This record gives sequence, structure tokens and C-alpha cells, in this order.
Amino acid sequence: MSDALLKIKGMSHYFGGLKAVSNFDFEVPEGVIYGLIGPNGSGKTTTFNLITGIYTPTEGSITFDGSEIKGMKPYKIVHRGIARTFQNLRIFSNLSVIDNIRVARHFTVRSSLASSLLRLPGFKAEEKAIRQEAMHLLEIMHLEDRSEEKAKNLPYGELRRLEIARALATRPKLVLLDEPAAGMNPKEVADLMELIVRVRNEFKVTVFLIEHHMKVVMGICERIKVIDFGETIAEGLPEAVGKDPKVLEAYLGKRGA
Amino acid sequence: MGNLKLPRMLIATAAFWAVVSILNATGILNGYFMIIINRSLIFVILAVSLNLINGITGQFSLGHMGFAAVGAYVSGSITTLIFKLSPDTLAGNGIFVVAIVIGGLAAGFVGFLIGFPSLRLKGDYLAIMTLGFGEIIRTILNNIDAVGGPRGLLGIPKFSNFTVIVAFAFLTIAILRNLVQSSHGRAMLSIRENELAAELAGVDTTRYKVLGFIIGAFFAGVAGGLLAHLLQIAHPTQYGFYASALVLIMVYAGGMGSLTGSVIAAFTLTFLTEGLRVGIDWLKDTVGLPVGTEWTMVIYAILLILIMLFRTEGLMGMREAKILIIAEETK
Repeated sequence: MSDALLKIKGMSHYFGGLKAVSNFDFEVPEGVIYGLIGPNGSGKTTTFNLITGIYTPTEGSITFDGSEIKGMKPYKIVHRGIARTFQNLRIFSNLSVIDNIRVARHFTVRSSLASSLLRLPGFKAEEKAIRQEAMHLLEIMHLEDRSEEKAKNLPYGELRRLEIARALATRPKLVLLDEPAAGMNPKEVADLMELIVRVRNEFKVTVFLIEHHMKVVMGICERIKVIDFGETIAEGLPEAVGKDPKVLEAYLGKRGA
Repeated sequence: MGNLKLPRMLIATAAFWAVVSILNATGILNGYFMIIINRSLIFVILAVSLNLINGITGQFSLGHMGFAAVGAYVSGSITTLIFKLSPDTLAGNGIFVVAIVIGGLAAGFVGFLIGFPSLRLKGDYLAIMTLGFGEIIRTILNNIDAVGGPRGLLGIPKFSNFTVIVAFAFLTIAILRNLVQSSHGRAMLSIRENELAAELAGVDTTRYKVLGFIIGAFFAGVAGGLLAHLLQIAHPTQYGFYASALVLIMVYAGGMGSLTGSVIAAFTLTFLTEGLRVGIDWLKDTVGLPVGTEWTMVIYAILLILIMLFRTEGLMGMREAKILIIAEETK
């Protein structure tokens, strides 16, 4: 499995004396939809924060696309090809919907500051290209009619899609989705599942998601890892994991308890 | 067709210039009013540049006049101490413009120095640090004899006139408008909106926060240079906390993030300051009340409280006048 896109070895992280993540090993193969599940407080979001560089792991290594990314600044990790969404939305509320996307295209901009201030032809061509690409993403997310609207005026479900679009705008190889179905109604969840599969196929990305919603995880994830209290308790294909007694115990409690 | 938008702003500025010049030539606007208008325009530059730091990049600077002081003293030293220029010569005017830009660059460099440590600070802490910075600059200037110490830098030639100031104000607004409505500007806005999300959308937040400070400080330095060459003096007391707070109130009153709002507020509050000065003098001399000009600050404090209570987003909120919005080619 040396061709895994994301490889984590022996990763641990402590908050003071609290062990948030303990000795994690991960291999996310390229092109799959990988699910990380576990009860509240089990270290899922911490894992995402460690991968994206918000925290630096106390121990262990994180290899992405063949190179070590542990200790890199978050924005540099984004440049390498990892994008994410947040459990609690982090939208640029006072910017327009299209500007939310365009921010994520910013780091590839070649136009110098001077060229931008003088609005030289090269700058204009680049801005136009960014705009077209952003509109294309909005069309895929069915948000094209909202492009000029302030993001804060969008309903919750659309904001979730906007955040996924913003993540995709960084042209990632790996997309981390932190509870994408949180707060959605069943119809929205069904649409989301379809969307995630479509995104994976169309953008040729690897998807790594955290989810509570068992239907989502069992429905679309091709590989699953279950953690509890910072430790791995099960890993493998959805069918096998779904029947694992340790998983059932972590999620549903002991039989008869 | 986007090319037509810049001239539209140019036309509006030229029209403003022409009307004021004609009114001045015909004697309807006397020298006294021209001074207030010139001051207003300089405060326009100060307010829009502070808005870049506070309103657009979402940082907080309470020491904006410190940058202006750097520009004033550097450009004033060049024109007065080094070259002893006269406004009568063409070459003198050329060097004056260069001196203003050098003053701006010096202020920008100080902005860079201030920007770096400030990155680790947020909110109140950043405010206190920039407040301290402004006072440090003022104290240093108070103690350098070469630039006059507490007497101030005297005998600066009067290079700043209405035309020059309008031109600089126009360029400042145009450049900041172009910045905000570019990819670089959007990176700055995203920091204001949500710093973590900006970082994870690939924005080098450190770089853009420092860049905001540098550009904002540059234009503050330009404004300081213009002010020194208008009043023919650069004095440490002109650049203290009082003046920085006035610029800050302009930014809040106009609307954080709205260049239009800053322009309107700079004009309104500069005229209001002068009106209050006249009014307070009248109260003191004619009515005999024991009040002084420092009471203007009391009124501004009340004004700021009222804005915070009843119109938190300021006059314009984050909106811009049509003239400042660049139409995009959507197809």
C-alpha cells in the first residue's frame, strides 16, 4: 500500500495531559471515499486539525502524496492539495457567494500586486479565468443563481454546499469533510451523498469524511475506520465494520445495558 | 468595457476639482474654506488607508497618525532641511512629489515593522500595541533636535495646494479600490471574515496582514507629508492619540470596509470639527462658559457611542457607491 495518498504513522496528540489522539495509523488510498467515525469526543476533528496543520502532532508522521507535511503551515498544506470543510461552518459571511469561492483560487494568482493595482491586461485575463472557474463550481453545486448574494443570506444547506465548493476551488487531491451532513434533513442528506460521489468522480479527488450519520457512512464510504477515545477500534469495509461488536458497543452501548 | 469605469471616477474627481476651483476663483469659497476642504481631503486619505487596515483586513490600529508623522517628518526634512526647496520652481515641485512618496515609503517600512509583531496579537492587545506605537513615534519626534524637537519642524515650504491634494486623494482611493476588488484584496477581506477559514482556503494570512499594514501606513505617510506642506509645520502634537482617534471615528462612522463611507465621514467630520471649534469659541467668548476646544473630543466620544448604539455598521455599512464598484466582465 505504498501508493496511499495520505499516510499517517504513529500519530499522537496531547492537550496538556489529555491524550486526544493516540498512536494512529492511517492509509487513505487514492480515489476512495474514506470514512472516519466515532462517538463525540473520540478525536475525529482533532485528527482533521492535525492533518491540516492547525495543530502539530506530538508524535508520529503525516505523509501526503509522498512527502512529509507534519509541521507545515496550514496554508502551505492547502497548496500541496489538502482542502477541508468545517463542522461548524466557517463561511466568509459578508462576502458574496462567488467571492467565497474566489478567495480559494487566490493562491494560484500570478498577477503581481502592482499589476492588480493598475489593472493591467494580464490581471484582467486572470480575474476572468478565476471568475469562470468559480461560476463552474457554483453550477455544479446548484448555487449559480446565488453568485452575487451575500453568503450570510443563504440557507444552511446551501452554505454547506458552498463550503464544499470553496474546498474544491483550491484544486485539492484530498478533501476532508467534517460532518458534512450535520443539521441536514433526510432529503438534503440524500442529495449530499449523491453530491459527494459525484464530486469524487468528476474532480478525481480522494474524499476523507467524518460523519455521525450512519446512513451516509455506510452508504458511500468504501473504507471505514472507527475510533473511540483516541484509539482505533475497527477498520475495513463498511459491511464488516457495521457488524463489529466493538463498534456496536461504542455506538449503541453494551447489550442489555 | 470595464475600462470605462476608471474614467468615470476620474470625471467625478475632475468635476469636483473644477467646481471648487471656480468657486474659489470667484471668491465664493475664501481661503478659510479652502483650508478646511484641503484638510478634509487629507483626512480622506487617512481614513481610507486606516479602513484598509481596520475595515478590510480586520486588524485594529489605534496609531494611524504615527505613520502620518513619519511621512510628514521625512518629506518635510527632505524639502526643508536637505534641499531648502521653493514652491516657485518646477524642479522644486517635482522633488516635492518625490519627497511625499519617500515619506510614504518610510511610513510603509515602519508599518512593516509594526505589522510583524502585531500578527501574534488580536483585538484589544493589538489596539494597545498600536496605541503605544503612535505615542512612541510622537515622543521620539519630541526629542530629536534636528527636526525641531518640541518646537516642531518649522518653515516647511507650502507645496500642498488644492490641486496636488485632490490628485493624491484621487490616486489613493483609486488604488485602494483596485486593490480591494482584486484577488489580493479578497485575500485581505477573507482574513477579516474568518481567519482560520482564510488560512485553510490557502491564504497566507501572515503575509496579507503585514501587507495591509504596509499599504495603509504608506498612504498615511503620504497624507502626513501633504499636511506638513499645507500647514508649513510638522509638530509632534498634531500626530498624537487625539488625531488617531479622530481618524478611527471617521472609519467607524463611515462604515468599516466602505471606502465611500470613509470619504463622506472624513469630509463631514472635518467640517464638524471646525464648526465645533467656532461654536465652542463663541460659547467661551460671548456666553462666557468655561469650555475649551478639548470639548470637541467629548462630542466625538458621544458621537461614537451613538454610532455603536444605533448604527453599528456606520453610515454605509460595507456598501460602496456605484462609482467605486468596478463592473466585472461576466461572460
